[in-house]
Amino acid sequence: MLLLDHLWIIPSLPLLGAALNGLLGARWPKRWVDVVGVGTTGLAFAATLELIREFAHLRADQVPWSKSYLTWIGAGNFRAGFDLQVDQLTIVMLLVVTGVGWLIHIYSTGYMAHEGGYYRFFAEINLFTFFMLTLVMAANFVLLFVGWEGVGLCSYLLIGFFFLRKSAADAGKKAFIVTRIGDFGFTLGILLIFWAFGSVDYATVFKGAAGMPVENAGQPGVLTSISLLLLAGAIGKSAQLPLYVWLPDAMEGPTPVSALIHAATMVTAGVYMVARAHILFSHAPIAMTTVAVIGGLTALYAATIGLVQTDIKRVLAYSTVSQIGYMFLACGVGAFSAGIFHLMTHAFFKALLFLAAGSVIHAMGGEQDMRRMGGLRKQIPWTYWTMLLATLSISGAPLFAGFFSKDKILFETAVSPYGGRVLWVIALLAALLTAFYMFRLIFLTFHGAPRYDEHATHVHESPKNMLAPLVVLAVLSVVGGWVAAPALSGGADYFEIYLAPVFAKSSALMATAVGETESRTLELQLMGVAVGVATLGFLVAWWFYIRRPQTPEWLAETFHAPYKLLLNKYYVDEIYDLAIIRPIGWISTRLLWQVVDEGAIDGSVNGVAHTARRLGSRLRVLASGNARSYAAWVLVGAVLLLGLLLWPLLGTVR
Amino acid sequence: MVPISYYLVLSAILFGLGVVAFIFKRNIITIFMSIELMLNAVNLTFVAFSRALGKLDGQVFVFFVIVVAAAEAAVGLAIILLIARNQQSLNIERVNLLKL
Repeated sequence: MLLLDHLWIIPSLPLLGAALNGLLGARWPKRWVDVVGVGTTGLAFAATLELIREFAHLRADQVPWSKSYLTWIGAGNFRAGFDLQVDQLTIVMLLVVTGVGWLIHIYSTGYMAHEGGYYRFFAEINLFTFFMLTLVMAANFVLLFVGWEGVGLCSYLLIGFFFLRKSAADAGKKAFIVTRIGDFGFTLGILLIFWAFGSVDYATVFKGAAGMPVENAGQPGVLTSISLLLLAGAIGKSAQLPLYVWLPDAMEGPTPVSALIHAATMVTAGVYMVARAHILFSHAPIAMTTVAVIGGLTALYAATIGLVQTDIKRVLAYSTVSQIGYMFLACGVGAFSAGIFHLMTHAFFKALLFLAAGSVIHAMGGEQDMRRMGGLRKQIPWTYWTMLLATLSISGAPLFAGFFSKDKILFETAVSPYGGRVLWVIALLAALLTAFYMFRLIFLTFHGAPRYDEHATHVHESPKNMLAPLVVLAVLSVVGGWVAAPALSGGADYFEIYLAPVFAKSSALMATAVGETESRTLELQLMGVAVGVATLGFLVAWWFYIRRPQTPEWLAETFHAPYKLLLNKYYVDEIYDLAIIRPIGWISTRLLWQVVDEGAIDGSVNGVAHTARRLGSRLRVLASGNARSYAAWVLVGAVLLLGLLLWPLLGTVR
Repeated sequence: MVPISYYLVLSAILFGLGVVAFIFKRNIITIFMSIELMLNAVNLTFVAFSRALGKLDGQVFVFFVIVVAAAEAAVGLAIILLIARNQQSLNIERVNLLKL
């Protein structure tokens, strides 16, 4: 029971790696930085596996297993401590963070080998792993928030890793500031939780919430407010409408960072948080509907932008936004375990897509524009095949990992009382677009004739330490969903069963609301529709980019206005700039800077100094430096003082 | 017995002389001596009152004044000596190093 008693070991390992690399790495040879960076994460992964073994022996009533280590903040009856906890949800997240994280660390030793600041990269990415582990293992909302902000900090540092490039530094700032808007809501939500439950510990809060009545749409109460505020934080962190704008820009960071932080782990923290607080949400139908609607709209919206982007990483970024929309949709319709399932499979195939894209960029010597690629299939076969598997997985090709999770979400959306036909159609359209833009990416990059200068670009397959993680992730992208496979033939969905204890209380609520609408035939029918739609997406992409390569150009010409709109991402950045950034900039410059700061604050300070100086210049004539004049002043003073003392006596003399 | 007013008038005259000399004399030594004159005028007042009221407090004060005057004389004369060496003069008008 070593690790169950010492849960702190798991997050401490990457922290140790970050400290060693950060403080000493500058003087170390690369080899040592590798060993420390990859080693500590690998150990954390091993520790997670050992933890799972020990966790399996716990009785059901011992879960969630929590440990308090230190009281961090204690004031009155408020207590926030370094309390860690483990339940099935934590286990899944731990596996994703340490497992996928470790593979990406290995990949980075190849990808970052020729970059400056090698040790800094590993220190920061290890620090990120530490904060992410804190986030998923926290046993109270305050510690969750510590991890939440910590990963935000590391995200900022790593997006701006190439900080000499202005666009990278700006993208880092954008990510930090935009997520801060959501975090403001999150902070208020935590305060409201303490106000409502008198504690921020999960155990107390969730127990209290479970005992409260469901707040029907007619009379929203405190749980609705809390859920909506928490959702604001989740929207910012997980790049949902309307705060998604930072994620595409975050692609300025090195590709392993995009894979780890902006695909597999950090951006899914919002989904984790909603799933973790599922009792609060399931008691607030308004919040549930909001989650579902935001998720569904984001899934479709981001997918439409992904259709026309030409930067290989940006396509994947919009795809990530879209897929996280799916996870929110799942949570919003009450299928929390489906959302987490998609989170896991998405971590596999999206990390793989990013790493493979990194391998392509590596092979092309830094080129990211798909219009200047093409025909790479033969030169970099390993990258091609692994990326193709990931694409099949994300598009929902039968028996791939993404197929199980996505169809689960589509089915739950269709049958849940919070879902409905409209959301299902939206999700289905998003699935269609997903299949299209992913195969568009594959065809543009790997098929057709080369569109780059074959003499100038020396295309080469990546080294083994980059290909090995690709292969492992490719295997996971295929088999990662098979835990749910028996459900197809009437068996059990083992993933859902594993997570069932975590979501039991919410599922019970849903079941009473739903009744037994689930039916296998319906599920199979919906599945058939989804597969058909994905195939359609694939065929359209094939027609556009293989069969008739001139079609896209013709379409862009014919539908010029919509094409422009998509290419410019619906002008959202421009609208935000005009509606928010410029007014704030104007107020800051004209009012706060030029009037308040320069006028009022500087003015009053300068005014005091000015008065003192003028008074001084008048008084300085008295200090002549002549000793006799001082003596005369002393005399005058003495006479005046004496006169003052004797004045009252004068009357009595008369 | 001499009435106390005689002593007070004498003391006032001595103090006034001290003040006038302090203001109008230019020689630092003379100014210094005028300070001593003022101090001793005050001492005279103290002992006069002490005698008239039959209390010893005034006399104790006088001892203190004498002690302070002695200390002041020691420091003051040292300063005057240095001024005389540096300036080759004892004219108070020339002691104006602090002037802007």
